[in-house]
Amino acid sequence: MRFSGLKVLKEGLTGNKGWKPHWRDPEPKSEYDIVIIGGGGHGLSTAYYLAAEHGLKNIAVLEKGYIGGGNVGRNTTIVRANYFLPGNSEFYSHSLKLWEGLEEELNYNVMHSQRGLINLFHSDGQRDAFARRGNAMINQGDDAILLDREGVRKHLPYLDFDNVRFPVFGGLLHPRGGTARHDAVAWGYARGADQRGVDLIQNCEVTGIDIDNGKVRGVQTSRGAIRAKKVAIVVAGRSGQVAAMAGMRLPIESHVLQAFVSEGLKPVIDHVVSFGMGHFYISQSDKGGLVFGGDLDMYASYAARGNLPLVEHVMEAGMTLMPMIGKAKVLRSWGGIMDMTPDGSPIIDKTDTEGLYLDCGWCYGGFKAVPGSGNCLAHLIATDRPHPAAAKLRLDRFRSGVGLMDEEGTGAQHNLH
Amino acid sequence: MRINCPVCGERDRREFYYKGAAVALERPAPDAGEAAWDEYVHLRENPAGETRELWYHESGCNGWLVVTRNTVSHEISGVELASEARS
Ligand SMILES: Cc1cc2nc3c(=O)[nH]c(=O)nc-3n(C[C@H](O)[C@H](O)[C@H](O)COP(=O)(O)OP(=O)(O)OC[C@H]3O[C@@H](n4cnc5c(N)ncnc54)[C@H](O)[C@@H]3O)c2cc1C
Ligand SMILES: [Zn+2]
Repeated sequence: MRFSGLKVLKEGLTGNKGWKPHWRDPEPKSEYDIVIIGGGGHGLSTAYYLAAEHGLKNIAVLEKGYIGGGNVGRNTTIVRANYFLPGNSEFYSHSLKLWEGLEEELNYNVMHSQRGLINLFHSDGQRDAFARRGNAMINQGDDAILLDREGVRKHLPYLDFDNVRFPVFGGLLHPRGGTARHDAVAWGYARGADQRGVDLIQNCEVTGIDIDNGKVRGVQTSRGAIRAKKVAIVVAGRSGQVAAMAGMRLPIESHVLQAFVSEGLKPVIDHVVSFGMGHFYISQSDKGGLVFGGDLDMYASYAARGNLPLVEHVMEAGMTLMPMIGKAKVLRSWGGIMDMTPDGSPIIDKTDTEGLYLDCGWCYGGFKAVPGSGNCLAHLIATDRPHPAAAKLRLDRFRSGVGLMDEEGTGAQHNLH
Repeated sequence: MRINCPVCGERDRREFYYKGAAVALERPAPDAGEAAWDEYVHLRENPAGETRELWYHESGCNGWLVVTRNTVSHEISGVELASEARS
């Protein structure tokens, strides 16, 4: 089934009875060439690119819940390529380019909206740091414009520019930054993978990883044993537990990140606005809800819900920056489990077990990475060589100390990112 | 979340700074080698369930505490001074 304007029109006029499920619901086979553990954004995009770019066929994605029920459906949907350090810089640049062709590639409307992202600064020192970051982005081939105070005012007239603690000095505009519809990204990749023969197996929890003589043989699941030549662990917040099934300890601590959405309002916030000093960021969804969030709760958690102190902190930061949102009613808040690494940057790598691959450490920024991560992990699995854009996302950088990517410059230690 | 500090009594979570898994109490010898230091600084058990971690009573007695806490329910089942947990 292909989507087109004509099809939408026809279905609209005939009671929308002609739509079919977007993917099959197959029984697991006893053996696959490649098993992907985790049906989030990264697992689905990996399966998609394995089939679409490498022509591989015998692939399953095993998901313990339902497709799109993890962080891929819980995030605040920001897509950007404004990283500073080599490693992150080329990887996110690669991912953003894939985003820009994604809707055509998948024949699916993921509502990718490059509405521009503005990171605010509030001091001379911060301006210098953002000027430097902007130059790094331009060197990478992406776009960045340093705005002064009046430049920001043209875009965001509603800010409190003269806040005593954080007066607005300017902002770094990343015009190609923006948002996308998170669920649609999961569904689009799921449908694309399914159409190319990938088995998407839901309600199938991996409970063990079979290793024999240093080589992976398959997995144990809640729906029986499944043999596989290659297995990839792509489970975001659950990475520590699934890796433990293969006898590994990871440089990962799982934390909770909360987010919030208001009632639907008329269009008022056109960009993605990030207020780093206050730990607050916001955009407005196409339905009109203000979608916003802040920092981690800052303690290890698998609860997928947070505590009230952070709720209060985020609301205070929002009111500090843009008092106009004060009368909007908050509809919902929720949390997701974040796979935090010590340096705040991700891992796409092989493991010491032959045929076992690892994709994790996405922290609070892995939605924008969905196309890039799947594309690069598929390359690694299919060719056993890292994709050039992800060659620096190595697991052993922690042990060796070489190639750490600490964007914030706070130190490569847990609890500092 | 409220933490029952052995010195100050039960206090709001906001008075405390979270450091992380209590492995930080088991610092290896300087020459213990790369693997031991990697374990200590980076690798974590990261359990979904009960965990022992270090919290600092920043806005209270300034004591370092070992808190036994469940990472799924956030329930706290034990708090002791790090100096005592260690000995
Ligand atoms: C509140 C919030 C806001 C965020 N905002 C942004 C943002 O604005 N921009 C951005 O780029 N990123 C953002 N992120 C981060 C982003 O959502 C994640 O980094 C990314 O979604 C993680 O990859 P994933 O989609 O594959 O994860 P998930 O969707 O969590 O997929 C992992 C899957 O693995 C499954 N699984 C786990 N264990 C097993 C098992 N044993 N067997 C089988 N399956 C298993 C899970 O059920 C889950 O479906 C945010 C996250 C949160 C929580
Ligand atoms: Zn105290």
